[in-house]
Amino acid sequence: MYDSIIIGAGMSGLAAGIRSAYYDQKVCILERHNTIGGLNSFYRLRGRNYDVGLHAVTNFTPRGTRRGPFARLLRQLRLTWDEFGLSPQLMSSISFPNVELAFDNNIDLLRSEVARAFPNQIDNFEKLMDSLIDYDDLEQSHFEMSTRERLSEVITDPLLIEMILCPVMWYGNPREHDMDYGQFCIMFRALFLEGLARPFDGVRLILRKLVRKFRELGGELKLRTGVQQIKIDNGRAVGVILDCGDEMSAKNILSSVGAVETFRLCDDDDTTHVHKTGQLSFIEAISTLDTYPSELGHDKTIIFFNDSDKFHWQRPLEDLCDVRTGVICTPNNYCYDTADGKLPDGIMRITALADFNRWKNLNKDDYGRQKKIWFNKVVDSATQFAPDYREHTIDTDMFTPQTIHRFTSHDNGAVYGATRKWFDGTTNFKNLFLCGTDQGFVGIVGSIISGISMANHHLLRGN
Amino acid sequence: MTPAEIRDAVLDILDTINPDEDLSSLDDEKEFRDQLDMDSMDFLDIVMELRKRYRVQVPEEDYDNLVSMNKTVAYLEPKMKDISA
Ligand SMILES: Cc1cc2nc3c(=O)[nH]c(=O)nc-3n(C[C@H](O)[C@H](O)[C@H](O)COP(=O)(O)OP(=O)(O)OC[C@H]3O[C@@H](n4cnc5c(N)ncnc54)[C@H](O)[C@@H]3O)c2cc1C
Repeated sequence: MYDSIIIGAGMSGLAAGIRSAYYDQKVCILERHNTIGGLNSFYRLRGRNYDVGLHAVTNFTPRGTRRGPFARLLRQLRLTWDEFGLSPQLMSSISFPNVELAFDNNIDLLRSEVARAFPNQIDNFEKLMDSLIDYDDLEQSHFEMSTRERLSEVITDPLLIEMILCPVMWYGNPREHDMDYGQFCIMFRALFLEGLARPFDGVRLILRKLVRKFRELGGELKLRTGVQQIKIDNGRAVGVILDCGDEMSAKNILSSVGAVETFRLCDDDDTTHVHKTGQLSFIEAISTLDTYPSELGHDKTIIFFNDSDKFHWQRPLEDLCDVRTGVICTPNNYCYDTADGKLPDGIMRITALADFNRWKNLNKDDYGRQKKIWFNKVVDSATQFAPDYREHTIDTDMFTPQTIHRFTSHDNGAVYGATRKWFDGTTNFKNLFLCGTDQGFVGIVGSIISGISMANHHLLRGN
Repeated sequence: MTPAEIRDAVLDILDTINPDEDLSSLDDEKEFRDQLDMDSMDFLDIVMELRKRYRVQVPEEDYDNLVSMNKTVAYLEPKMKDISA
């Protein structure tokens, strides 16, 4: 009998595991895939290392900072700042057809960019920043307000509104078209008031730290061990049935596999019908280059681009993908320590919106063919906003919503999960709780914080 | 444990929770909140570390007793007096 069983070894599950194991619980993390990481994992292909998620770790604050989610995460997991090995971004931008706003980890750059490109909006922009809700003051009631409405009350130039929404929605909005204002405040802080960074060795460094810590504290991690059912008896979750048929029991179960996905494991049709999973999934086109992007004149870390004055955040309606907007990420363009040197290759990664169902319904041949077609289309679109790097390409890889679904079991390959969130992490069943994406916080730092706080509230209190 | 030993134990816990904090100038009279950069999660950790290290239980309704060093030591004294340091 375990004190806690945690389903899923992504960022949130591992963080929850560390907290429980640290406080001497008998805890086991069950992961269906053959490796850890979930939505933010890593793999090796033709001799090269790739990250699945990780463009940038958001919420980055410098060494010694006490406030904010990143500092909180380090304290709660008893890790030092150096253990995350984060190097800050160089400079990023929000790029629309005739206007660009640069930003870095000091908000003053974005301020001055807004003042330059939108001189009559800078006071309104300041007002917006002053009125952002603080992390600890977020309450469900005002969390769900419309961000578009709120922004149009403060900012009177529609183009600036679209430019602010583009990066913020890209890095954490599970809803189409509009965004919950609470989520907007979280992501605005995470991106602009805190900042972007990356470990030289990519996400594997963070994941290995988390797993080592968990194991050192006596936690058990079982890979290739999927949960096919959560056993319910009299309104209580009593244990899990694994894909192989074995059963395990625990006092509490914490699931990071998504809300609807979890309810389905309990045969709780009642809830699965009412709540829908999210619709937003991505493709990513990764090119390895024979040169460094900086040699081609490209020195931005991230570019959030949109090819018209209106930003469309929705599932593609007519096609497999929508490449009008996207994210260009260049892992080379961080301020790495001189001791680290340079990454072995130049890398350009482009992300665009994609429709899960259309990708899923392709037969094998079409799937391969469409991957090639859309790889080219998304790179075509991105190179309107970054130097054309195509002739330097020496290797490529691409993942689709289908890939995300296969490796994480998230419905629709939805990266930011369901459109509503379960902030308190409770379910219809007394001792079954949610953490991760559908509890409310997304991204690497967000999902770690989610795992920590749900473990604190539900697995550790009173035990 | 004597009150002085309990104080040391609490200091050690604060140091574990918040390794970057300079605790040498802590004023035992004043509330932790006003001197240390601690949030609600950190406060909960004091309770949990007490349980982990000394098997001392602090029920939720008693959390208010842990606001300053002096109050914490006074509250913990009866609970910890039989524990050897
Ligand atoms: C393309 C892409 C780019 C991203 N870029 C960034 C970025 O730049 N910065 C950032 O901060 N965030 C980024 N993210 C988001 C970030 O990766 C996620 O928000 C975060 O990793 C979510 O973690 P989680 O623990 O909530 O969920 P998950 O990582 O999904 O964890 C759930 C785990 O449960 C497992 N599982 C599912 N079903 C079962 C079952 N039945 N039994 C056992 N195990 C099961 C899954 O395999 C998975 O490992 C990106 C994501 C993607 C996909």
